[in-house]
Amino acid sequence: MHKVTTRTRASTVAGLAAVALVVLGLVLPAFASRSLIQDLFFILTMLTLAQLWNLIAGYGGMVSVGQQAFVGIGAYAMFAGVILWGWDPVPAILLGGVAAFLLAIPMAFFAFRLQGAYFAIGTWVIAEVTRLLVAQWKTLGGGTGTSLPREATSDIIGVAAIAELFGIRDAAARDILAYWLALALAVGTMAAIYALLRSRTGLALAAVRDNDNAARSVGVDAQRVKWLVFLSAATMTGLVGALIYVQTARISPDAAFSVTNWTAYVIFIAVIGGIGRLEGPILGVLVFWGLQTAFADYGSWYLLALGLLAIVTMLFAPRGLWGLIADRWGIALFPIQRRLILEGARNG
Amino acid sequence: MTPILETRGLTAAYGQFKALFGIDLAVSPGECVAIIGANGAGKTTLMRSITGVLRNDPGMVLHRGEPIGDLPADQVMQRGIAMVPEGRKLFPSLSVEENLLIGGQVRRGGGRWSLDTIYQLFPILKDRRHSPGTALSGGQQQMVAIGRALMSNPELLLCDEVSLGLAPVVIRDIYAALPAIREAGAAVVIVEQDIARALSVADRVYCLMEGRVTLHAPAAEISREAIHAAYFGEPT
Amino acid sequence: MLSHASLPHAGGRMGRGGILPLCEVVAMIWLDVLVQGILLGGLYALFAAGLSLVFGIMRLVNLAHGDLIVFAAFLILVTVNLLGLNPFLSALIAAPVMFALGWALQRFVLNRVVGKDILPPLLITFGLSVALQNGMLEVFSADSQRIRAGALESASINLGVVTIGTLPLLTFGSAVLAIFILNRIFYTTAIGRAFRATSDDPVTASLMGINPRGVFAMATGLAMVIVTLAALYLGMRANFDPSIGPARLIYAFEAVIIGGLGSLWGTLAGGAIIGIAQTVGAQINPEWQILAGHLAFLAVLIIRPRGLFPRAVD
Repeated sequence: MHKVTTRTRASTVAGLAAVALVVLGLVLPAFASRSLIQDLFFILTMLTLAQLWNLIAGYGGMVSVGQQAFVGIGAYAMFAGVILWGWDPVPAILLGGVAAFLLAIPMAFFAFRLQGAYFAIGTWVIAEVTRLLVAQWKTLGGGTGTSLPREATSDIIGVAAIAELFGIRDAAARDILAYWLALALAVGTMAAIYALLRSRTGLALAAVRDNDNAARSVGVDAQRVKWLVFLSAATMTGLVGALIYVQTARISPDAAFSVTNWTAYVIFIAVIGGIGRLEGPILGVLVFWGLQTAFADYGSWYLLALGLLAIVTMLFAPRGLWGLIADRWGIALFPIQRRLILEGARNG
Repeated sequence: MTPILETRGLTAAYGQFKALFGIDLAVSPGECVAIIGANGAGKTTLMRSITGVLRNDPGMVLHRGEPIGDLPADQVMQRGIAMVPEGRKLFPSLSVEENLLIGGQVRRGGGRWSLDTIYQLFPILKDRRHSPGTALSGGQQQMVAIGRALMSNPELLLCDEVSLGLAPVVIRDIYAALPAIREAGAAVVIVEQDIARALSVADRVYCLMEGRVTLHAPAAEISREAIHAAYFGEPT
Repeated sequence: MLSHASLPHAGGRMGRGGILPLCEVVAMIWLDVLVQGILLGGLYALFAAGLSLVFGIMRLVNLAHGDLIVFAAFLILVTVNLLGLNPFLSALIAAPVMFALGWALQRFVLNRVVGKDILPPLLITFGLSVALQNGMLEVFSADSQRIRAGALESASINLGVVTIGTLPLLTFGSAVLAIFILNRIFYTTAIGRAFRATSDDPVTASLMGINPRGVFAMATGLAMVIVTLAALYLGMRANFDPSIGPARLIYAFEAVIIGGLGSLWGTLAGGAIIGIAQTVGAQINPEWQILAGHLAFLAVLIIRPRGLFPRAVD
């Protein structure tokens, strides 16, 4: 008797803890301060972006430096929905996902023609092209950008109900709504990635990353798997971008397409936490948030140190902080390795 | 006399897979030693360990009594141990002459070998000297690979499977160069699957099986039965 | 905006020789745009040559390449200001410093991660890019700087049909010379032979007594010498500040891909195509300058994914 399983004892405990955490996250606004909610919004959105980058780069081997394209186009699509067509900002977030999906198609078409390291700069070029084109969009403020109109932000669906429920002002209620949406996106993204990695497609993805040609020779349709993962990650990134700018309510091409904010930080989070594992970005985003809170006042010194930290991590702990922890204690909260358990072996 | 090359209890592994289990061998100056064995016996791993492509404990490989087991390949080569790698491995971006010149980039002074003497040894290469190395026939490529190794005037030449994939008449041409190479003073180690060929040119023979030396004897004293036993295991 | 210094001054020619037919004026303006674009391409080829060299030898893309160009420009600027030297002499002093820096970067950092997995070197050079940008911001501030070149800045040569700035011409000439010398090094010297052999097969190269890690360090050092040359012209032709590195990396990358990986003369052609596209774009609408360059790159990528002059062996 034998069975193949991915479950470990730690993963069972982690699964229960995750459910408890999500429930706690849902009810948190009832007793948390507004600034904590805002911090958590930041942590959850950066976590989601880092998980998505980790999916395409860490698991898929496609090192994109152009994720800011999806954040930016998602945010601008949401703004277009609100300003041009009078949509409510929350449903307009969906437009962000659609726009990012549509942008990802030509981006993949171009970037997949470039091998290895050049893929990275190829995605960056397309993000730049998108930024420059959007800066020509005069009705959305061109190069200087624009803000969400007051009347659109003042009666977002659900805000009034939240304000009444917790007995708070509209502004605080908007933060809570954004936080809940960020929580939903983060949990949804991580659950989807986890499910994907445990599926046959996940195995195919690992095969493609390790060796494109070999994977093809055993019948994995490498191109299809890459497209699937790239487009899904882009769509989700677009949703996150739109959500971030619902909260910010002010947009400009330079900010929305910032390579530092939406790609460099995200890469640092994944690298420092640990590439190629779900636990990595979770740990990484907490470290990043801690550093940001403690040192952001130091401005460019802080960024300098962050860059050096990423270099040192890559040199001496290439699998990140979580890699160190997993090596030391052998823990896997989200196991994807298949392990063979021989039940007969216990007797003999 | 101190051997040029000696291995003492040489072990090697690729990850979990052990390929060599304590090889002891020695090569004296001017000697020609053949290493024979079936596919997977560990011959190529042995060559990779000696040349420093695989790194070992320092004392496992000795050059003139000095430990070199942990030196990288370029430093081993600079000590006068040159290699004709299995599969020839010419540089595709380099012409025939450039392939030879790169072998002589690290030259030990006072030796016999230079571009001119290599072209005397293999006259055909002179005509093809501006062709890309990979445009040549298999036999000619093998000549370039041997010439390339000789260009450094090594005191020990390691030849890994030089006859692999070549027609018998071509193999004969290549082996015809061996006396001249030995005459110039180099000791030679030949890794061969062609046992008859190996026995006809070597002074001594080592036979490897599954990562161990199973037979070691002067080539003249060796019997077919002994080789058969060493090659395929003891008859049961 | 880099090429403002080299934009055509077509308006000034109207008065000379009385009234010209309109179509002739238009033709002359476009000829002028074309020439300025090609000359601008020389600068981009200088940005690209170092990137191409390093990629050709060790399949490594240095994402901090643009920031290293800006760093070299600051180095030259500081030398000019502190020692009161002419910019060209200052570049001569900066070049060995940059060589040493590139050598050390490769030897002590990148050699540890160069290999089959492309992720570590990419992420390390990306970290370096961010660190360099912010380090320069802290030391040199965000102010725009310029390397003063005196009369050379405004000097020009009147060729009748078009007027060419001396500095853009000098840039282009330097790019041609640099690529010529690099090709000579590559194809006629012992170190060039070692570069090519190591690029083909590092393990077999090491069996020839070559230390591949030493070769890699030499190559990155050499690339930084070209970076210094690029920085000299970048700094003399236009304003620069710590934030402009990534855009230079992108131009360099586009020139390399258009030219075909591993072909240095192709890189010059690639630079010229980006340069022409940018000046043509700027002629139509100044806001389209950068965009037009990127679009030309994407167009080439569709038509010839392996570039204009792909190397036979890859």
